[in-house]
Amino acid sequence: MNALVSFGKIFKFNGGVHPPENKAQSTQLPIAKLDLPASLVLPLRQHVGNIPKVKVSVGDHVLKGQLLAEAEGMVSAAIHAPTSGTITAIAEAIIPHPSGLPDHCITLQPDGLDTWIDHHGIDWRNTDKRTLVNSLRLSGIVGLGGATFPTHVKLNADGRSGVHTLVINAAECEPYITCDDMLMRERATEIVQGIAIAQHLLGATQVLIGIEDNKPEAIAAMQQAVANSTMQVVVVPTLYPSGDARRLVHLLLGEEIPHNKRATEVGIQVFNVATVLALHRFFDKGEPSISRIVSMTGNVNQPRNFEVLFGTPLMHLVDAAGGAKPDTTHFIMGGPMMGFNLPDANVPITKAANCIIAASPNLFAPPPPAMPCIRCARCADACPVSLQPQELYWFAKSDNFEKARDYKLFDCIECGACSYVCPSDIPLVQYYRYAKSEIIAADRAKEAADLARERNEARLARIEREKLERAQKHAERAQAAKTDANKDLNTGNQQAVLSETSEATQATPADANDAKKAAIAAAIERAKAQKLNSTAESKSEVAKPAQASTESQTDASADEAKKAAIAAAIARAKAQKAAALQSGVAPKNVEATSTSVQQEIAEIDARRQAVGITPAEQHSQAQADKQAAIAAAIARAKAQKAAAEAAKAAETSEKKD
Amino acid sequence: MGKVLLALVPAIAVYVWMYGGGILITLTLATLTALLTEALMLQLRDRPVKPFLSDYSAVITAWLLALAIPPLTPWWLIVLGTAFAIIFAKQLYGGLGYNPFNPAMVGYAVLLISFPVLMTKWPAALQLAQTPLSFSEQWQFIFSGQLPQGVLIDAVTSATPLDYLKTQLKLQQDISVIQSAPLFGTLGGKGSEYVAVAYLLGGLYLWQQKIISWHLPTAFLGVLALFSAAFWLADAAHYASPVFHLFSGASMLCAFFIITDPVSGPTTPRGKLYFAGGVAIITYLIRVYGGYPDGVAFAVIFMNICVPLIDIYTQPRVFGHEK
Repeated sequence: MNALVSFGKIFKFNGGVHPPENKAQSTQLPIAKLDLPASLVLPLRQHVGNIPKVKVSVGDHVLKGQLLAEAEGMVSAAIHAPTSGTITAIAEAIIPHPSGLPDHCITLQPDGLDTWIDHHGIDWRNTDKRTLVNSLRLSGIVGLGGATFPTHVKLNADGRSGVHTLVINAAECEPYITCDDMLMRERATEIVQGIAIAQHLLGATQVLIGIEDNKPEAIAAMQQAVANSTMQVVVVPTLYPSGDARRLVHLLLGEEIPHNKRATEVGIQVFNVATVLALHRFFDKGEPSISRIVSMTGNVNQPRNFEVLFGTPLMHLVDAAGGAKPDTTHFIMGGPMMGFNLPDANVPITKAANCIIAASPNLFAPPPPAMPCIRCARCADACPVSLQPQELYWFAKSDNFEKARDYKLFDCIECGACSYVCPSDIPLVQYYRYAKSEIIAADRAKEAADLARERNEARLARIEREKLERAQKHAERAQAAKTDANKDLNTGNQQAVLSETSEATQATPADANDAKKAAIAAAIERAKAQKLNSTAESKSEVAKPAQASTESQTDASADEAKKAAIAAAIARAKAQKAAALQSGVAPKNVEATSTSVQQEIAEIDARRQAVGITPAEQHSQAQADKQAAIAAAIARAKAQKAAAEAAKAAETSEKKD
Repeated sequence: MGKVLLALVPAIAVYVWMYGGGILITLTLATLTALLTEALMLQLRDRPVKPFLSDYSAVITAWLLALAIPPLTPWWLIVLGTAFAIIFAKQLYGGLGYNPFNPAMVGYAVLLISFPVLMTKWPAALQLAQTPLSFSEQWQFIFSGQLPQGVLIDAVTSATPLDYLKTQLKLQQDISVIQSAPLFGTLGGKGSEYVAVAYLLGGLYLWQQKIISWHLPTAFLGVLALFSAAFWLADAAHYASPVFHLFSGASMLCAFFIITDPVSGPTTPRGKLYFAGGVAIITYLIRVYGGYPDGVAFAVIFMNICVPLIDIYTQPRVFGHEK
């Protein structure tokens, strides 16, 4: 701790830990600009939200800053060419993700000229805020603290946000990471310009910049930069995880953001210090988000911060830092507390990559085997959310997920403070992640099962109803057949009269043989039509549950999901009824009827066909209408889902951003 | 957990100074028994032996039990108690981390119920005894039950202050008269009060080292003091002073070493206060109204039963949640 730094009023949160900082290694040298690599691989998924839509094709020559993929939907971020060159591939490649699975990437071969596309800043003070936020969609800017939530969504408030306080997160509480520290030391003025933009867009009256007291140089630089403004630099004690958005807001304002609300709902917005710098670059210079500062540290010969173009292969960065020492085993992206092991040394640097740590057994000894929990509750003392990690561990271990949820498992921010202090070396966070994923999967399965049950009940009801209808029709028809048989006997020329009225008469044969043939043909046709109908129906059956399930997923409560399912079932029943009415076909039970009646039916069908309205056609027409309606409903559901996702994602982004 | 053992060393040293080296024999016997039975049970339960033996949890149980029972008892008493504590109260429940009751207290309770006479035969402090026994004489007594020629058992043992107080109060004696007996010191019993002070010092070391939190000892000693003070103020002739209660019997051992066992205790801060308070109240009630001179073991076991309930109802408020 620096004795010169005096704290303002700080509102401490429960617990927290203070692991060895390991920050000095990478702050000895200024930020270096990394030279161009041989090729850049840009994953399309570098942010929270939808995959952007690719706007270039293989072989295209692009300029630096040119849009390669545009934001798709509400929560999404654009991707730009970090330098000028040629697109050589748009295919799957390995990305920095714990799973190690490949994902869609654009590969760019730099031409070495680094030619900028035509770009210029905006006079943002005199431009409509909505226009500004909309233009941000084209910036590709996401939260650079690690959460990578698209920034335009966080600012999307049309100037009526009700946000009174803008918190700039410069705590950088995780060990090893120094990119924000170095950024503030070297580019404080630009950061403050960026903060001014964010403040303008949000209409915030108060700006607090929270920095941990282990960064005296950065604090001094920022204090100097804000000297002539109303912005305030607030020094907070070094205590992990003070950089968590909710913890930082509590530290600075003494306010606990309710667990079910986002910061904006209580008038607070949190931005990472690197994110506001990106805002400055975009609005004042017209430069989209194409690079970031990355701390390359740990077991490398020359730990340092670099300004790295997105898509740069990790090894290129490692080489620039003097190469990894021989005993390096793997690389960690992010900090040692919340970061993850990279699956491969050839992954590209993405928007989320604030720090890369070369790991060796010396730096990160493999944890000793876990011992039983002795309920010492040191984890509870360390938990910044005041959870009871020892109880959650117990519940997770015994698959008692309902209790885990009761004990607020989903409030866990997975900061790892509990695992860090555990004397039994239990990897607690892994248990919580497991429990969370199991609960989420179980919830989904339950939803699906509920839907299936309701669908089945609806189906059984429909079958029952149809059976009744069939029986009724059958009875009517039997009645009609009796009368028909009498008619046949009495008025043999009725047929002729009917025949004359339509063109079909020409096809109507006089002898019984031909009549039989026609009847057979008609029967075949009917069978075909029925088959068509049934397949079409079964298809729509498949489509509808899908629609219903997407709709219900967006619903927060099971109750609403149930209602939606019921509504869907009613709609389905109505549509079927309508279709049946429209086509005017009733089930034809021809087995029990007399030959003459069968013949008559065949004739009527033949005439219908001649006029061009086969039952099948009519039915398929109705089906088409229905499908259109379903498509519309699905589109609606998708929109709802996207909105819900946006809301959810907005929440998660607050964590780090 | 090595620090817990370290924190017990001053008390053991005072113990030796006050009562002779017999306690060292009991401690050794208890330690060996604990390690052996723990190893045997781990083997039977197909668990790795080394990591579980090297965490010293069995040794702590052994030492606490050895310090809780009279040091001049036949060797098989401590062996039996320790074995019972480890096998039944700990390993059969699933071993470390799974025992609902404090193993040392279960061992103590079993011995107290099964061998009440032996368990109340406390040696007199050396300066009070008519014929103080040397280390070798204590050794001989423990292993063969033989006292030196011409020495009667009553000459080496005496009632504990709590025991004496109880019987004398039954005889309608006044507290001030009772406490003028040579058995009593300034704080509690002569000799044993210094051991209690040593426990206190060891406990403060554990608190300073953040091995234990302040909640349990503070609540236990606080509630015991308050409770006894209330009775004492109401009727000083028939109820002993709070100071006497704090420094007599197993009060200090209980406050810093027994209820601080994390496995069988509550985990929430508020829960710890309730738990320790409960132990204090029950201890006092047993001392004053119960059939035994001291009540720590039964109080602890009773409160152990309540731990799950206490934990459920004392959950702290989670960040961002309404209470």
